[in-house]
Amino acid sequence: MDVQARHSFGGFTLDATFTAPAGVTALFGPSGSGKSTLLSVVAGLLTPNTGRVVVDGATLLDVGVNVPAERRRCGVVFQDARLLPHLSVDANLRYGLRRAPAGTTGPSMAEVVALLALAPLLTRRPRTLSGGERQRVALGRALLSRPRILLMDEPLAALDAPRRAEILPFLERLRDTAGLPILYVTHALEEVDRLADTLVLLDGGRVAAAGPVAALAARTDLPLLAGRRDAGVVLDCTVDGHDAGRGLTRLMFEGGALLVPLRPEPGGARLRLRLRARDVAVATVLPVGLSTHNVLAATIGAVTAAGPHEAFVALVIGPTTVLARLAREAVDRLRLTEGRGVFALVKSTAFDHG
Amino acid sequence: MTGLSAPEWEAVRLSLSVAGRSVLFGLPVAILMATILSRRRFVGRPLLDAFVHLPLVLPPVVVGWGLLLLFGVRGPIGSMLFDWFGLRLVFTSTGAALATAVMAFPLMVRAIRLSLEGVDPGLEAAAQTLGAGPLDRFMTVTLPLIAPGILSGAVIAFAAGLGEFGAVITFAGSIEGQTQTLPLAIYAAVQTPGAEAVAARLSAVSFTLAIAGLLLAEVIARRMHGLLGR
Repeated sequence: MDVQARHSFGGFTLDATFTAPAGVTALFGPSGSGKSTLLSVVAGLLTPNTGRVVVDGATLLDVGVNVPAERRRCGVVFQDARLLPHLSVDANLRYGLRRAPAGTTGPSMAEVVALLALAPLLTRRPRTLSGGERQRVALGRALLSRPRILLMDEPLAALDAPRRAEILPFLERLRDTAGLPILYVTHALEEVDRLADTLVLLDGGRVAAAGPVAALAARTDLPLLAGRRDAGVVLDCTVDGHDAGRGLTRLMFEGGALLVPLRPEPGGARLRLRLRARDVAVATVLPVGLSTHNVLAATIGAVTAAGPHEAFVALVIGPTTVLARLAREAVDRLRLTEGRGVFALVKSTAFDHG
Repeated sequence: MTGLSAPEWEAVRLSLSVAGRSVLFGLPVAILMATILSRRRFVGRPLLDAFVHLPLVLPPVVVGWGLLLLFGVRGPIGSMLFDWFGLRLVFTSTGAALATAVMAFPLMVRAIRLSLEGVDPGLEAAAQTLGAGPLDRFMTVTLPLIAPGILSGAVIAFAAGLGEFGAVITFAGSIEGQTQTLPLAIYAAVQTPGAEAVAARLSAVSFTLAIAGLLLAEVIARRMHGLLGR
């Protein structure tokens, strides 16, 4: 997917360019950073002053080319679902399916109904659905329109935390089974961590950084990420085994293992966890008499300032790097300098925040 | 409603038929006009808007006379209709329906336009991303969503059309059994010494129809809103 757009309106200038590989690309940034505008450009609902959009080999927008939205085959899931209120759930789902161009393929009605557990909702009217149910129907409707890409504009932002938790697994299944590129607009880092492969960081209408999620998360020079309470790295893990008796699950990541509170995923499942820098402590000698479950041998990498009195200390564990956010005073007192061997301490309970 | 004589019944029937036809023919044009006025931005829009509303503020007799000039057998449109189709509007019930439609036109346009402005453009955008072109979107999204406005506009126009007087008498005359609708029949009765009972009976019918129309409009609006979940 290649997207380039330049557009000025009402004193705001969007000037963004990014290229994303297949998989889920998250457009992340604060409100007003232009992420929804960029999504509208891809969908064809907004024609920028200049721009270029190529999706899956098809040029949708370029000099002299502007495919109308109804022929772009971009399945859009809006924040407010936008189900047609005068049609049943069933008719809403079939709306795009009936209009899909001949010769295109995609999941069948039965498959989508099964994937999103829509069977009990089919005869209902949109107004009788909960917010989470509406979003599931909107997702199914977009999926059934035989799209070449799914565009999601903060699909979970209007939902409360329990509803979000209800939808997220569906989104993960969709990502793993549909095989469609997905452009996902969000301002929630949790959703980026769980869903995205590629992260495009937008700030003030410009692309501040773009790349694989894990690579961007480990960078300390991006205030949009490093300035957050939940700044930290993202670890790709595999479930190694459960110890139900002790209430713990053992996860493997490249370079080590972690004990975390019991996870619902089966053994062998892949999952991605955010390890917040504020949850990592450092010891210069192997501590004894410690409640902390995870003590990982590490080598100190770069030390960068995080505000006047704190610092990010990169801890290299095999091929993986994690970040610790420490008091500047502690860094100086323990002489934590690049190259020194230390121990990273991570409480297992650091992972039960969401 | 017993006690109406045959000619009186004829006036009632004629009124219903004239008002019905005026809505039937006026409605599609009103939908088109409301869409243009609320969705398109062009230079002459305020002027067109004012023109559409003219029948609401002009003396009806002026509208009737205007129609006479345009659609009379020697008028620019009337002569064409007569030469090509042998159609004569002046002093016919079709002419009465035309006059009624023109008078009720602003009422229909206003109701539909109000409805149109309440339609969330986001729903049309959603339909567009699902592959629906402009006409498809209008027929499958916009039109169903403004159905309450269309229906209540139609009922109001119908009820108002039953009472149209000035434009009809000017353009179509007051020919018993052909163009003499309820209000014209009442007027004729009032002008005739000793026909007060006829005037009273027809007025009662008029009153009943008007109330029924207004109530029906309200009921339809409620029902439709319930159906659309707003």
